Amino acid sequence: MARTTVEKPPESGKSATDAVRHPSSSEKRWTDETLAPTLKKTPEQPIGAFTGTNLSPDGTARFTSISGVPVNRLYTSADLPADWDEHSDQYLGQPGQPPYTRGIHATGYRGKLWTMRQFSGFATPEETNQRYQYLLANGGGGLSVAFDLPTLMGYDSDHPNSEGEVGKCGVAIDSLEDMEILFSGIDLEKTTVSMTINSPASVLWAMYLVVAEKQGADWKKISGTLQNDILKEYIAQKEYIYPPAPSMRLVIDTFEFGSLFTPRFNPISISGYHIREAGSTALQELAFTIYDGVEYIEWALRRGLNVDDFAPRLSFFFNSHNDFFEEIAKFRASRKIWYHLMTDRFHAKNTRSQLMRFHTQTAGVSLTAQQPMNNIARVAIQALAAVLGGTQSLHTDSYDEALALPTEDAARIALRTQQIIAYESGVAQTVDPFGGSYFIENLTLKMEQGAFEYFAKLDAMGGMVRAIEQGFPQKEIAESSYQYQRAVEAKEKIIVGVNDFSVDEASTKILYIDESVREGQIAKLRLLRSRRSQEAVDHTLAALRKVAAMDPLALPGHISEANTMPYILDCVRAYATVGEICEALREIYGTYEESSWT
Amino acid sequence: MMESTKMPQDILPIRVLVAKPGLDGHDRGAKVIARALRDAGMEVIYTGLRQTPEMIVHAAIQEDVQCIGLSILSGAHNAIVPRIMALLKENGIDDILVILGGTIPDQDIAFLKEQGVAAIFGPGTPLETTVEFIRKNAKPRDVAA
Repeated sequence: MARTTVEKPPESGKSATDAVRHPSSSEKRWTDETLAPTLKKTPEQPIGAFTGTNLSPDGTARFTSISGVPVNRLYTSADLPADWDEHSDQYLGQPGQPPYTRGIHATGYRGKLWTMRQFSGFATPEETNQRYQYLLANGGGGLSVAFDLPTLMGYDSDHPNSEGEVGKCGVAIDSLEDMEILFSGIDLEKTTVSMTINSPASVLWAMYLVVAEKQGADWKKISGTLQNDILKEYIAQKEYIYPPAPSMRLVIDTFEFGSLFTPRFNPISISGYHIREAGSTALQELAFTIYDGVEYIEWALRRGLNVDDFAPRLSFFFNSHNDFFEEIAKFRASRKIWYHLMTDRFHAKNTRSQLMRFHTQTAGVSLTAQQPMNNIARVAIQALAAVLGGTQSLHTDSYDEALALPTEDAARIALRTQQIIAYESGVAQTVDPFGGSYFIENLTLKMEQGAFEYFAKLDAMGGMVRAIEQGFPQKEIAESSYQYQRAVEAKEKIIVGVNDFSVDEASTKILYIDESVREGQIAKLRLLRSRRSQEAVDHTLAALRKVAAMDPLALPGHISEANTMPYILDCVRAYATVGEICEALREIYGTYEESSWT
Repeated sequence: MMESTKMPQDILPIRVLVAKPGLDGHDRGAKVIARALRDAGMEVIYTGLRQTPEMIVHAAIQEDVQCIGLSILSGAHNAIVPRIMALLKENGIDDILVILGGTIPDQDIAFLKEQGVAAIFGPGTPLETTVEFIRKNAKPRDVAA
């Protein structure tokens, strides 16, 4: 099947923002009578050095967002499209109604607060299980698993490449046995669990499903989210194993399997978070992420899946950075853009297919190692933007994360920050409180317009996989990242405690993980390998290799014969390890090396 | 542009290998520093991701660099750095400046310096600090005929 056609931006909003302004007579009067004398008396001063990004060609101060987008002095009705009032239903609509700019729920957070889902994982499954019990006991609403680098790369703890990495950036999981320990005492039918795992996503998901099965939980009732977003790995985070085509096939296998067997589980969380952390602008994060969503749908349609069978379970994951208004606009625009793509481009009929549901995490990259307590304030501002943007769930970073994985105290303060926003600030009491703000609506429209411009470019390249192979998003992000760093170096952008307001300080108490975790995991693996039936492991791995080499094709209501998920489940039940299962797939698919774009 | 007292052969650009060892893929820092060093007039070779200590030392020798800049954010530094230093020694190399950037806990700094790391640059270090350190401390290149 060919790709769907190139989409133009929806009619409303097309000419929204760059049109010539027609200020009202009141605004004109203000400009002459109030503004002019003020500027004469007190010229505007940029925030940061009066050079580079902060300097207009005419020598006056220029103000820009953290993404380098110019911010005007004042926004009025003249900054909205001329037909704004007339077509407000297309531009804005009402909460819970298309185009969902104002949110996917008619009552906002009044019926249900966002889920406070703290990402956590470190050292052994035993230690991480303790942290999960602690977070749940302190009012955390769901879990979110951070796996260590060997797990993310599909290596067991005893692989030579795992040396020095076991349990450092997340929890070490080698086999079903570890997964059983990780969730021991946690009811998987009642707790929603998100798992940050990508290239080996289907393997870890299979382990999770088997743990649920052993607990007696009903697969139809369990809910949670698998990150499983390989495209952003090639673009930004770079934890990939196989080349793009077989990787996409594994993702589509999970879509198909999930739509039939785990209807409440999100098989993917299409993630802009890592794109932003790698240095993109807010707009690039928005555009590349949503277009990744387009790419997954294209591949699923090519498999023969029906859009409304899997699209309701596509979920998203955004970053919330420091620039408050820009972030709110990004979140609001994301829902509107997705609605238009799902209806105009993919002709989705199911309302749930048209809803952009997203998780948000505050920007790890914005945290400073200097005066780390200041990060509590940054996180609060970022979390507030996510809530005002209508996120479905939220992770707040701990103040010590620029130094190490969070201590228990730091993790508690991060969770308390969300609770203060939810229970004390009052912002959750009314729906989309920024709706109708001249500034926010103007920014939201610009985000939408900018995203569709990127979509046209990406369509012209033949889709995201092609664009990645050409290094397009990678180069765009590297350029933005470098420009931002130059602005910081020149003090055109101020980072409190880093390039201004710095002090000499003592070091902070951190969570330190030593090499004993690896030794423990290696001992467990040795024991497991001596106890399990090697024959069953060999047999299930051989069956997986065979099916992985075949081309899957969907039949309505049935799982493709070559869908890898049932075979991976068999491997997991036989206690094959993450490394063994990924190695079997490596044998069939090979591995991927990116050309270096610097 | 250049100090007039120096002859052209004395001012050959400094060659730097920017290397990303370990399993981690977070390469924002490595890429930014590579570009900043290049903008500062140095010749920069970036290894790409997931390089083993053997690959890094091999590349350093092949490329005849004066400085190796390692970027490690995953916590694997105590395993990786000593192996790189040992391999350099095995190859009889003692004139390459080795510097390290990333998230390195304070308590590991003394150990890494004992291993021979000349400097460790944590989050928030100005690019200029790193550039200046390399300029001051990299051994000049032999001028070939």
